[in-house]
Amino acid sequence: MSSAAHTPSETSQDLLLSLAGVTKRFGPLVANDAIDLTVHKGEILALLGENGAGKTTLMNILFGHYVADEGTVTVASRTGNLEQLEPGAPQAALDAGIGMVHQHFTLAENLTGLDNIVLGTEPIFRLRRDRSTARAKLGELMAGSGLNVDLDQPVHKLTVGEKQRVEILKALYRDARLLVLDEPTAVLTPQEADSLFAILRKLAENGLAVIIIAHKLAEVLAVSHRIAVLRGGVKVGEMKTSEADHKSIAELMVGREVPASRRTPRAPGKPVISLADVTIDRGDSRRSLHGVNISAREGEILGIAGVSGNGQAALAQLIAGLDKPDSGTVEIFGETVTKFDAHKFAQNGIARIPEDRHHDGMVGSMTVAENIAIEDVRSKEYQKLGFLDFDAVHKRAEHAIADYDVRCPGPDAPARLLSGGNIQKLILARVLEKSPKLILANQPSRGLDVGAQSEVHRRLLEARQSGSAVILISEDLDELLTISDQIAVIHAGHITPAMPTDSIDRSELGLMMAGQKTAPHAAHTTKTTNPGETA
Amino acid sequence: MIRFEPRSNPGPFLVYGVPVLAAIIAILLAAIPLALAGAPIIKAYGLMISGAFGSVFSTSEMLTRATPLILTGLAAAIAFRAKLWNIGAEGQLYMGAMAAVAIGSGVIDGPSWIMIPIVIIAGMVAGALMLIGPTLLKTRLGVDEVVTTLLLNFIVLLFVQMMLEGALKDPMSMGWPQSEPIIDSAVFPALLERMRVHIGLIIALVSAIALAIFVKRTVWGFEIRAVGENAAAAKFSGISVTKTMILVAALSGGLAGLAGVAEVAGTRGYLATDLSPGYGYAGIVVAMLARLSPIGVIASALFVASVFVGADSMSRAIGVSSYLADLIVAMALLCVLIGGFLTRFKVHFDRKSAHG
Repeated sequence: MSSAAHTPSETSQDLLLSLAGVTKRFGPLVANDAIDLTVHKGEILALLGENGAGKTTLMNILFGHYVADEGTVTVASRTGNLEQLEPGAPQAALDAGIGMVHQHFTLAENLTGLDNIVLGTEPIFRLRRDRSTARAKLGELMAGSGLNVDLDQPVHKLTVGEKQRVEILKALYRDARLLVLDEPTAVLTPQEADSLFAILRKLAENGLAVIIIAHKLAEVLAVSHRIAVLRGGVKVGEMKTSEADHKSIAELMVGREVPASRRTPRAPGKPVISLADVTIDRGDSRRSLHGVNISAREGEILGIAGVSGNGQAALAQLIAGLDKPDSGTVEIFGETVTKFDAHKFAQNGIARIPEDRHHDGMVGSMTVAENIAIEDVRSKEYQKLGFLDFDAVHKRAEHAIADYDVRCPGPDAPARLLSGGNIQKLILARVLEKSPKLILANQPSRGLDVGAQSEVHRRLLEARQSGSAVILISEDLDELLTISDQIAVIHAGHITPAMPTDSIDRSELGLMMAGQKTAPHAAHTTKTTNPGETA
Repeated sequence: MIRFEPRSNPGPFLVYGVPVLAAIIAILLAAIPLALAGAPIIKAYGLMISGAFGSVFSTSEMLTRATPLILTGLAAAIAFRAKLWNIGAEGQLYMGAMAAVAIGSGVIDGPSWIMIPIVIIAGMVAGALMLIGPTLLKTRLGVDEVVTTLLLNFIVLLFVQMMLEGALKDPMSMGWPQSEPIIDSAVFPALLERMRVHIGLIIALVSAIALAIFVKRTVWGFEIRAVGENAAAAKFSGISVTKTMILVAALSGGLAGLAGVAEVAGTRGYLATDLSPGYGYAGIVVAMLARLSPIGVIASALFVASVFVGADSMSRAIGVSSYLADLIVAMALLCVLIGGFLTRFKVHFDRKSAHG
């Protein structure tokens, strides 16, 4: 990935958007504190910051979802005059040519790409449906940018990358001059991300201004022209990408030095969990596994790489004790599991970190203390004759809050007040405190900022050091390559044999995740057909 | 333009004050239909108050009315806490009453301290079974319990009618479809001489307190709260959602069945198809007014009962339709729902800015 080829002009005529002194308070919390920000035509600006740094609030002000307490938003009109954007009016933002691509796409799955793009731009009452103009315009857009996608396919048949292209086309079709992308690479394979960046650079050359909200530093360095860093609602830094480096940005974001996660060499022990020929068929490739053979040993982190929706959910459900295999066997601690039961699994030394920490990881209206004890309320330590022992629950919570640095108003605060990173710390405290023998970590650092991410990695490495087996399901290649001992790739419900991390080539891993390449020695060691061969 | 911003932590005034305020506003709003009906408003309010609290007798009537409402209110509150939408308290109430009559009208006899618990248990078990069926259909097959429990109400009522025309019919009733009376040893004793209010009220109050402690303090209560607030997270943490739902169904159906026992063994003395003027449905309103808090249910049941008894007496005195009571209760519910929204969100009124 080379840095951006052309340098955008920064003369005042090319100024497209300017935020001046934007301040937004929520009660005592200052979400945005006098933020100045400018974007020029043809420029890609990366907006970086931890969760809660104020990125989302700032974008919500830009789009008129919030009204700033102080400060102004100015946009250059199409004729070139700078005009203040009407606060609190999303329509004004759209009219001014500001387009947004959300992390979670806003597409109607059963309509075609073309339908989705023109939706809302056509009059409701019309005699005939003439889309030749729309097609011509989109054809031009696609040719000029490389945003190629089959517009006549229903959206649900498109890949994630293609859906994203439809979203971008949707914004461009509405004559967007400034495109805001929220975490655009979170759902993409490395190859898809590269092609997205190529497209964005092309669009920028044609004069589009782009703001990327991101937290993966390597990508930001590759694609942007300029970087702005927010921390705690304040803009703490702004620099040209050509003058920035990975370490300094990370420190700017977190406000302190970020310890690099590193594995120390360690010989693995006995196998803790082994799956043999496990098949779960749910008719849908997202929730199915086909003849899976994997095994994780003591003191070893086994990474499962893959693009989301390739069977990770099925694997996680199985290891969490929430589902059972249709065929094949699962051995844990040398015994074949006959009863798949989440309660039993949790009580027998299996730590489970759910993929969706808000949805599966906590009960928002219950207290922090209750959420920490939730797996164990039936055990003798926390109850007497069916009555909860609140002292014991409380004591454990106080320890957990201190040991894991869970930032919260106290053990009795409702868990929903916690930020994403602190919810993850709460979950780590819940499951790791019991010194588990096996840890299932499903996307443990997704959506977390640099600081919280390194904390999660440190905890997992610590557990590995003390002899736990860890199964790490992740879409983040940097994470997998940094802390896993072995990596297996999951695609369409098939899992390749594990490969030692040190022998892995990053781009090959990307191809395997896309199902376009088999594992180097897969053909010899397993009899299962690899999904990639169908391509 | 109006915008809504969520409040992170509503204070105690909002949590407790809003329902009370909503009830007061609802009563004040009743002045509009009263005025439309041409009634003297101040006098009407005075009559309502004296109708509900004016004498020992009227207060006793109000408390008699509140007794089944507390129990059905608790039934709805505990079920809704777990997101089990039990709309069938009316049917469970009738099943409870029928079980109490079946066992308490002479099949067996004994001293009161045996007979009263026996009819209570019989009624609660019958009510519980009525809800466990739909709950199993929900957890196993995903059948919507709103539909099944609602429709069961009509089935149960017809079933009761059939039994009252047949097996349970009182031969001494001179052709009226009603059951044989509950025998003396199983009748709930009155709390005051020559008054209708009976120990069912004490049982209802104790049930409310016990349920509050159960939900807040026990492991089962913990699991019910977890399942109700976030079933996915509860399931992930190893709590059996099915088992918890069945426990909730047993509690909720049992409490509704107990309401039926209290009516038949405390107030009426025999079973007929007009035993309940919709206590099962009113219980939903009571629970919603109380924000699903068991202790709150006591207060809201007393409120609803006073409105009903007071409006009844007022309508007799000045010739206004007693439907006014339904109107007040409905408005109170609407006010509480609006109030509930306002406790969760802050409302901002922005003037559109002139420039821009």
